[in-house]
Amino acid sequence: MRYMPHTADERAIMLQEIGVGSVDDLFVDIPAEARLTGLLDLPLHASEMDVEKNFRTLAGKNLSPYSAPCFLGAGAYQHHVPSVADHLIQRSEFLTAYTPYQPEISQGTLQALFEFQTQVALITGMEVANASMYDGATSCAESVLMACRVTRRKKAILSGNLHPHYRDVTRTTLQFTEFEATELSPTLEGQEDFEAHIGKDIACVVVQNPDFFGRVQDFTDLAEKCHDAGALLVVVVNEIVSLGAMMSPGEMGADIVAGEGQSIGVPLSFGGPYVGLLATRQKYVRQMPGRLCGETVDQDGQRGFVLTLSTREQHIRREKATSNICTNAGLCSLAFTVHMSLLGETGFTNLAKINHSEAAATAELLNALEGVEVINDTFFNEFTLRLSANASDVVEKLAAKGILGGVPVSRLLPDAEVDNLLLVAVTETCAADDIEKLVSALKEIL
Amino acid sequence: MMLNNQGRPTRPNTSEQDNSATNTFTGNKALELETPLIFEQGVPGRLGVDMTEPKKVSSRLGNTARSKPIGLPDLSEPQVLRHFVRLSRQNYSIDSGFYPLGSCTMKHNPRINEKVARLAGLGDLHPMQPVSTVQGALELIDDLAHWLKTITGMPAVAMSPAAGAHGELCGVMAIRAAHEAKGEARKRILVPESAHGTNPATAALCGYKVESVPAREDGRMDLEAFSEKLGPDVAGVMLTNPNTCGLFENDVKKIADMVHEVGAYFYCDGANLNAILGRVRPGDLGVDAMHINLHKTFSTPHGGGGPGSGPVVLSEALAAFAPIPFVTHGENGFDLVEHVEGEASNSFGRMKAYHGQMGMFIRALAYMQSHGADGLRQIAEDAVLNANYIRVGLNDMLHSPFDGICMHEALFDDSSLKDTGVTTLDLAKAMIDEGYHPMTMYFPLVVHGAMLIEPTESESRETLDQFIGAMRYLLNKARDGEATYFAQAPHFAPRRRLDETGAARNPILRWTPEEDDPQSDRTLSAAS
Repeated sequence: MRYMPHTADERAIMLQEIGVGSVDDLFVDIPAEARLTGLLDLPLHASEMDVEKNFRTLAGKNLSPYSAPCFLGAGAYQHHVPSVADHLIQRSEFLTAYTPYQPEISQGTLQALFEFQTQVALITGMEVANASMYDGATSCAESVLMACRVTRRKKAILSGNLHPHYRDVTRTTLQFTEFEATELSPTLEGQEDFEAHIGKDIACVVVQNPDFFGRVQDFTDLAEKCHDAGALLVVVVNEIVSLGAMMSPGEMGADIVAGEGQSIGVPLSFGGPYVGLLATRQKYVRQMPGRLCGETVDQDGQRGFVLTLSTREQHIRREKATSNICTNAGLCSLAFTVHMSLLGETGFTNLAKINHSEAAATAELLNALEGVEVINDTFFNEFTLRLSANASDVVEKLAAKGILGGVPVSRLLPDAEVDNLLLVAVTETCAADDIEKLVSALKEIL
Repeated sequence: MMLNNQGRPTRPNTSEQDNSATNTFTGNKALELETPLIFEQGVPGRLGVDMTEPKKVSSRLGNTARSKPIGLPDLSEPQVLRHFVRLSRQNYSIDSGFYPLGSCTMKHNPRINEKVARLAGLGDLHPMQPVSTVQGALELIDDLAHWLKTITGMPAVAMSPAAGAHGELCGVMAIRAAHEAKGEARKRILVPESAHGTNPATAALCGYKVESVPAREDGRMDLEAFSEKLGPDVAGVMLTNPNTCGLFENDVKKIADMVHEVGAYFYCDGANLNAILGRVRPGDLGVDAMHINLHKTFSTPHGGGGPGSGPVVLSEALAAFAPIPFVTHGENGFDLVEHVEGEASNSFGRMKAYHGQMGMFIRALAYMQSHGADGLRQIAEDAVLNANYIRVGLNDMLHSPFDGICMHEALFDDSSLKDTGVTTLDLAKAMIDEGYHPMTMYFPLVVHGAMLIEPTESESRETLDQFIGAMRYLLNKARDGEATYFAQAPHFAPRRRLDETGAARNPILRWTPEEDDPQSDRTLSAAS
């Protein structure tokens, strides 16, 4: 109860000043028959010490990826988060501030958002980015809605190798709108035949790079084909570290980039909160959903920052709004910006090289094992293995040995016949020792 | 003076103004320390993170290797730390002072919540770990679901929505899915005028036509107008209760009955749940779906705009349509239902990758456990007590558009500023100079020049008294004809009033490298 300052005496005095006899008189508008008289059927208040103990007990029932070799990816990646990033987002003034509606006393949040927008635009090779979305999957869905608004067309084509959750979220988001998506089938080998589907009624083609199975591709030709047909190319990036080593979607001709920024600054946190990225060309900015921070000057001529272009948003346009999105991932985007600032050009590109080289070396070691085959020729830090046994069973056996050995493809694609496929991600957090453990455990199991 | 390519100063230009006696060479003023953009700092090759040399292996990137630089600045760790600490000091926050922003619920953010959210085995779990290795995490989600269902008196809850507006989308999608399952193609959603702007936007995203219902003289929804608009083609109503005027919709049960009579569903915007915790359960009022903003009612920090978390409680009628995933409990412990099949076959689909905002779940559950059943009820009582204390403390100087007791927020309008030349906005900016975050202004839209003040339960009587005193001082100052003072406010903030019109007319949404980049000047600006 230490969060509430009033004593019983003070409450009595305040009730008197308000002019009511008891606290119940403040709740008279609630229909009498629905008012609760007793307490809710829940435990009574607990001390800080007891609360902490409860959570330690819960934490103890989980296997922490920091105490086990971890090769899990599939759209969420374990990277080292510098202590400075976590420290700074716990600064009271960032942590406990609201949306920067009063710019004169919110310049800290606003300038950080402006820096975030700039970093995301630079990394994706796009002209502008917004001040973050809920996560990569919702950003992907919003990108499709945005492409439909831009092109005034109603159909999207989704790559079969888009992260299955991203496809699901996009399908869910579109289901009650006038827009629809054609979903191609996942493909392990070869190119997808987008051309067969691109016509005059297509708003956009959505591809992922690296794709769900880890393969990387140059989409420059696809971008041209989209543009020839008046459609947009949406490129989804859910391992943002890859862009330290790869051509950016902007260089390939993408019109919208929908990304997941969790890899930079944001802990795995069992899937959320993460930080959705959305970047595009300047000419489409008024169709872009979410918050935008812009530079301006104050009445003394000093540079300052404000939320801007809010005429697109729900609090002005209501049912005609660009999107119903209200909140953003502010604190996570701050963590992203701090981590990215610490990395800089040198660190970000080097981090990408380390991820790539560790993954490439590990892939060779694994490919040499009996019963293991690396399927994809190209990849960044994640690749797909075909095992001689059921991947879910193998993962359980590895977990029993204290190794988080990868994500069975069947967990995300239950309909496809992919029982023997395993996604393995290797980042800078995988030590040589961890990789040895995985290799020897797999040798034993298979 | 350095100008960027938009012709604006890249650094504060106070040293170039006439009143040089009050200016400094650096633009800093003692503890008021400025910082340039991160892109205007740094020297190529500096490192803020130690790293090993990459192994030498042949590239597997095919023909997609990066050939061009990105353009990020290189800085050391202390430079980055100092940059963001300086930025942080230009922010107002709930830890800095009173933040009576109505409809936003800026309450104390306990640090134990931050501590437990970072425990090894909670904050670091991968969402795709084998279910056998995350039994504690699933138990935690199940516990939180139990608390939410008990507090609201509802049988089911969808945990995955990422924010309040995302929760609204979840609730309305469940409504539409339920109608479609019955083969009904209903067209309209009714939304009171005073609703949050996300309500109509959400209904539109679900393919509904939105119809507004006016308010009565007493600030509640006009039941007569409502009944006229109701019909067999109405899919549902979206009501906020307590509403955005800070009032409890006392006809709520009647509204629920009317909605159900025409076969529609009752969506309740739960943004203001903190006012009724432990005093009434929405399930007992006939609600079919309601999102709960964990970041408001249950104290997870707002973080300058997010992340949020918006679980949605559902009635029996809507429960089967809930989005995936959800946690189940069987003989072998906890499990996750992650696909639309079997027991989830009526689900309307997936709203978000993975399982929801776990980081926020942890914080919210820690807050709930800290308070318990007794504390939750006290939260509502003190939040409402504090709002009414402010209402009474100011009602001889500010006009309340609606009579009587308010819930957790007190609403005033600008009629008492009439003829003073001072606007609601001016008053808000003057509050900044007094050391307060301004209240919510110009919302709800149904009240001209609205000022919505929400103190929350975590504020002491001394804080409320000082705030009331400051407001009275400013209102007297306005009546004394000091409009110029207000027009120039804030006087003491890190920035004076900012040109928002200019920002919208000529949007500058990112930093762009200067075309003629004199390195010496860049280095100078980075020297601090």
